[in-house]
Amino acid sequence: MSDTSKTVAELAAGLAAGTFSSEEITRAYLERIQGAGADLNAFITVTGDRALEAARAADDRRRSGDAGPLTGVPLAHKDIFCTRDVRTSCGSRMLDNFTAPYDAHVVERCQQAGMVCLGKTNMDEFAMGSSNETSYYGPVKNPWDTDAVPGGSSGGSAAAVAARLAPAATGTDTGGSIRQPAALCGITGLKPTYGRVSRYGMIAFASSLDQGGPMARTAEDCALLLEAMAGFDERDSTSVDRAVPRYSQELTGSLQGLRVGLPKEYFGDGLDPEVARVIDAAIGEYRELGVEFREISLANTELAVPAYYVIAPAECSSNLSRFDGVRFGYRCESPRDLEDLYKRSRGEGFGAEVKRRIMVGTYALSAGYFDAYYRKAQQMRRLIKNDFMAAFEDVDLILGPTSPTPAFNIGERADDPVKMYLSDLYTIAVNLAGLPGISLPAGFAGGRPVGLQLIGNYFDEGRLLNAAHRYQQVTDWHTRAPGAFA
Amino acid sequence: MEWEVVIGLEIHAQLATRSKIFSGASTSYGAEPNTQACAVDLGLPGVLPVLNKGAVAMAVKLGLATGCTIAPRSEFARKNYFYPDLPKGYQISQYDLPVVHDGAVTIELDDGSTKRIGVTRAHLEEDAGKSLHEGFEGVTGIDLNRAGTPLLEIVSEPDIRSSAEAVAYMKKIHTLVRYLGICDGNMQEGSFRCDANVSVRPAGQAEFGTRTEIKNVNSFRFVQQALDHEVERQIDVIESGGKVVQETRLFDAVKGETRSMRTKEEANDYRYFPDPDLLPLEIDEALVEEVRSELPELPDAKKQRFMDDYALPAYDASVLTASRELADYFEATAEAAGGEGKLAANWVMGELSGALNKAGLDITESPVSPAMLGGMLRRVSDQTISGKIAKQVFEAMWNGEGDADTVIDKHGLKQVTDTGAIEAMIDEVIAANPEQVAQYQAGKDKLLGFFVGQVMKASKGKANPEQVNELLRKKLAE
Repeated sequence: MSDTSKTVAELAAGLAAGTFSSEEITRAYLERIQGAGADLNAFITVTGDRALEAARAADDRRRSGDAGPLTGVPLAHKDIFCTRDVRTSCGSRMLDNFTAPYDAHVVERCQQAGMVCLGKTNMDEFAMGSSNETSYYGPVKNPWDTDAVPGGSSGGSAAAVAARLAPAATGTDTGGSIRQPAALCGITGLKPTYGRVSRYGMIAFASSLDQGGPMARTAEDCALLLEAMAGFDERDSTSVDRAVPRYSQELTGSLQGLRVGLPKEYFGDGLDPEVARVIDAAIGEYRELGVEFREISLANTELAVPAYYVIAPAECSSNLSRFDGVRFGYRCESPRDLEDLYKRSRGEGFGAEVKRRIMVGTYALSAGYFDAYYRKAQQMRRLIKNDFMAAFEDVDLILGPTSPTPAFNIGERADDPVKMYLSDLYTIAVNLAGLPGISLPAGFAGGRPVGLQLIGNYFDEGRLLNAAHRYQQVTDWHTRAPGAFA
Repeated sequence: MEWEVVIGLEIHAQLATRSKIFSGASTSYGAEPNTQACAVDLGLPGVLPVLNKGAVAMAVKLGLATGCTIAPRSEFARKNYFYPDLPKGYQISQYDLPVVHDGAVTIELDDGSTKRIGVTRAHLEEDAGKSLHEGFEGVTGIDLNRAGTPLLEIVSEPDIRSSAEAVAYMKKIHTLVRYLGICDGNMQEGSFRCDANVSVRPAGQAEFGTRTEIKNVNSFRFVQQALDHEVERQIDVIESGGKVVQETRLFDAVKGETRSMRTKEEANDYRYFPDPDLLPLEIDEALVEEVRSELPELPDAKKQRFMDDYALPAYDASVLTASRELADYFEATAEAAGGEGKLAANWVMGELSGALNKAGLDITESPVSPAMLGGMLRRVSDQTISGKIAKQVFEAMWNGEGDADTVIDKHGLKQVTDTGAIEAMIDEVIAANPEQVAQYQAGKDKLLGFFVGQVMKASKGKANPEQVNELLRKKLAE
């Protein structure tokens, strides 16, 4: 077992026992990132020197008896989280030259826990994409099959964890951007309740949907990471002032009698039969753990994709207005006048998918169309939320596939945005409702990983993590490593 | 044809919070460019707005003072447009649901009549930065110190029917915001400015004419000039067979005229939508009551009280309540003067205001304190000095010679009330002017003034003028 095969919990135990130092393991990950992992293009920026410095500081902290459970454990941050003194590109040419003078709240929290940042991971440009193909820095390859996409938008984070380039990474999830790449890369990824994790310093895509969360190999690791990341932050008005449970200490519950809903809409047309088979098998495992399944209906599921593709672009069209070439970021060469400065800086600085969404969103908010699109979409959003609320009257959790198919090939869907959007069918509704959801590895289809999604009620991350952890205690899908990276 | 003018004003009052409406940066005026703009004001990626609760309390204050409904739930919206001094590419404002709405103020016109002007709404928003053109060649400078400064936009109903009413309304709101302590009212620095919507229609017609909007007028005089010019222009257009175009116009203070800035067709589509970074603004009854308990006495109530308690005429009461500072000064003076309200009013509005104007000082900077002025007036009413000598004492106090009693002592200004002493002076004057005495006694009554003058002169102004009058009459009649 190489040093980089350990989970966060195992690394934490080893560091605590003095089996290895943070510097040793940090060096091992950095070597792997530059070596075997380099072709995956999972990282936009590797911060080797800073990482080693932080690792030494963590080792000092441990020697002085001042270490927390995660002190010295390395991780990677999605390049959407602002990091002081290290470029934050958001996967875009627009921010290729941008370094924030502040750390995101999540980055700060991880630092305070003593975690060591290895670098910034690749992502779809401004988190807009489900395949990591829209990045200015090029597509990320799926470690299980380098012809395949890793999913997106947190594709770099997912690939890095799957290929053991980092034991854990942060991600953000606006319509599935943590869960879907976690599923496609065979790792565990948690999207917390909206408001659980501060959005401060996390570059906004769609503010009412964006939520940061952990990506790691196991539910236990996600619990440890969420404990560090979550919490109230007065700099984010949508952050919720509510105590953070000790998630990692609460992974002991039995699933006996747990009521889990199976939404019939999540098992209909469009679901790959191989994926369906994997999910069925997982249901069987859960039954043996004492779970009681019941079929439920989330009748407005079909509204999720259309509602999302009005609300998210509408918010992004406004959120991305600040990238105007005036104060920071990309500016075109020799602008003739103000209009030319705007048009060329934005035209050249943004990629095609970002521009498509800005145009869609601008249209949806325009006078005369607002009621038909934006307002209607908000009404649909309420219906979707009501479906979930009604469901949680009868069940504790909801289970289904994370994505209708396993990873597709790079370039396969690049010319068909609608098909790409539809692949987020099962994840998007969760964001629209603001609920927590987790994706965990449940098997393979055609050699590519399949993810199982569990959805919980508001702030019920503890129950979600426990249910995922119990499954991982009786299965070994989460321990599998891609052949080339074992 | 007779035309009726219809005006509605949108007043922007910069709120007197120490920090900005959505960030912790300072709002103080006049700092070096871009030194008071933090990451939030610069619109850097990832940072988020956090509402300044002080600004909310100030909006509630204005709402209560204008009889508005305080919205239990209002909403911030984004107004989207591109401009270099608008860092985020949108302004955070309120659109569908403003913080307060549906109130009114009463304005007073020159002829003494009053009129109610409806306040449609007041909403919170952030100011933009400034584009600087002076001192730059071929480029524009951007100063973002002002970006994010809290503004309260107070929108009137189209109840205003003349430029004079518009000015009276604007002054009323100006007085109010300063009473409430929510805006410094400094118009040169742009802390208080307005946009005027104006249209004309044939007298008697029910529907409004096409309106134009005059942007960013920052003095009472300019509002009057701009509106007068614009009304005249619109009437000319219509009377010469044309149509008023709905557009935004700018007032050129140098030429005293308005000119077109952009037409309706060129107007931005602002694509308003609720700001997802901010939760709906909820104001509970407890906050409203807290703010209500902190409300100062408002100008209308104060004016009435001054009329009742100090027996002041309406005019005096109006002038003295124009600002809270002036009203406070007056009251402190009247109190120090032993409740001599009218006397205090005369002095504050007359001698003191004149001196302050001449020196270019504000009432709060007066070298003569209310205690000093009131103390002097006490000496007038107890007849230690005459009104005329009082002016001399006032001047000495103004020049820093100490309080009234010190000045009176030092310069020996105590009024002569000793009948014997006055009679002696009278006797001398009568003896020195036999001709005038003869004329007076022959019926030329007007000469009494001459004798009074002579006696006062002989007393160096210190004789009690009433006693002089009385004794002179008696002596001359002998």
